[in-house]
Amino acid sequence: MNILIFSLILLAGAYVAGLLGSLTGLGGGVILIPLLTLVFHVDIRYAIGVALLASIANSSGAATAYIKEGITNIRLGMFLEIATTAGAVGGALLAIFTPVNTIAILLGVVLIFSAAMTIRKKHEHAEQTGSKLSYLLKLNSSYPTPTGEVSYKLKNVAGGFGIMLIAGVLSGLLGIGSGALKVLAMDSTMRIPFKVSTTTSNFMIGVTAAASAVVYLQRGYIDPGMAFPVVLGVLGGAFTGARLLTFINARTLRIIFCAAITFVALEMIYNGLNHQF
Amino acid sequence: MNIFKKILGDRDIELLIGKQLRTGVVTASCIALLGGIFYLVQQGAASVPDYSQFKGEGAEYTSFRGIFHGVATGSATEFIQLGVLVLLATPILRIFFSLLAFALEKDRLYVLITTLVLGIILFSMFGGLKI
Repeated sequence: MNILIFSLILLAGAYVAGLLGSLTGLGGGVILIPLLTLVFHVDIRYAIGVALLASIANSSGAATAYIKEGITNIRLGMFLEIATTAGAVGGALLAIFTPVNTIAILLGVVLIFSAAMTIRKKHEHAEQTGSKLSYLLKLNSSYPTPTGEVSYKLKNVAGGFGIMLIAGVLSGLLGIGSGALKVLAMDSTMRIPFKVSTTTSNFMIGVTAAASAVVYLQRGYIDPGMAFPVVLGVLGGAFTGARLLTFINARTLRIIFCAAITFVALEMIYNGLNHQF
Repeated sequence: MNIFKKILGDRDIELLIGKQLRTGVVTASCIALLGGIFYLVQQGAASVPDYSQFKGEGAEYTSFRGIFHGVATGSATEFIQLGVLVLLATPILRIFFSLLAFALEKDRLYVLITTLVLGIILFSMFGGLKI
């Protein structure tokens, strides 16, 4: 195969990954790594490098729309980024000492968990009593809904911060945005309404990914020959996905894709256990 | 400081940050697209490098000096890496903007928090983490 054909196939594959990532809400990066390793037989370290780029592109590209709507809680995002960036740098360091097969198995587990997270029941209730820390850190806020501005308060800030630390480590170790864990921390632990947690998580993914990507770039994980088709493909796919979401009801699609992704994740775990990476 | 605040206002700073993010991503993609086309024209007919074996990239793709040197000599692959650098810089720049926004609001607590986040990222960039 020559470089031209490889690049075009990779571009198409990245487009599909971006599209699925956007329709399922999983993000392009998580789907990209199995695609690159299982289909293209690329070493998982190269796959992690370009997947981080895809996460940054996705997150930054989508943030504009969310900020405009005023849903994103910027203070909360910034506060939690202390945990995610510190975790991401730690994770990127940990990656040196972690065997690639272990990384593949972990990724499979996180993938299944993420798929399960996207189809679970969402927390929409806005809490009216917050924890002490939420006042101290000025994290309580409000967001616009069709029926007017709704104010919400945060519970268990320390617990959420702890989960974010884990999300950061996984993000640095596996090269993914780990959006599902971020939403879990905000949604289930801090009891933030779903819309706020999703948009704030997206806002944070770019910064978290950049914190570990600068380490990976210097370590030689990011190959230009793969970087350009992947970044362009994922961005294109995510853009199409965002457009499609306004026309179609993604609920059924989401369940089908999540089931498919679970199979892919099982294959990653299986191959990892058999030392195929 | 107050004059800036009157001109910009809170909400406008947030919108500015949003615009900056989009501009960064669009710029990075344009550079990557141009570099990619250039790369395919130059080397499209060559056979694909063996990506199934991890070797790690050399200094030409992993350091500021290497990348800028390659761009100056007109190498397509380094041009793509320049796009990668712009993409990596986008969220980091966003933190700078947020820091400015919190400073204008005179929110000391959040100036401190934002500086901490920025410090962690700069540490990972320059802290000798290349092992």
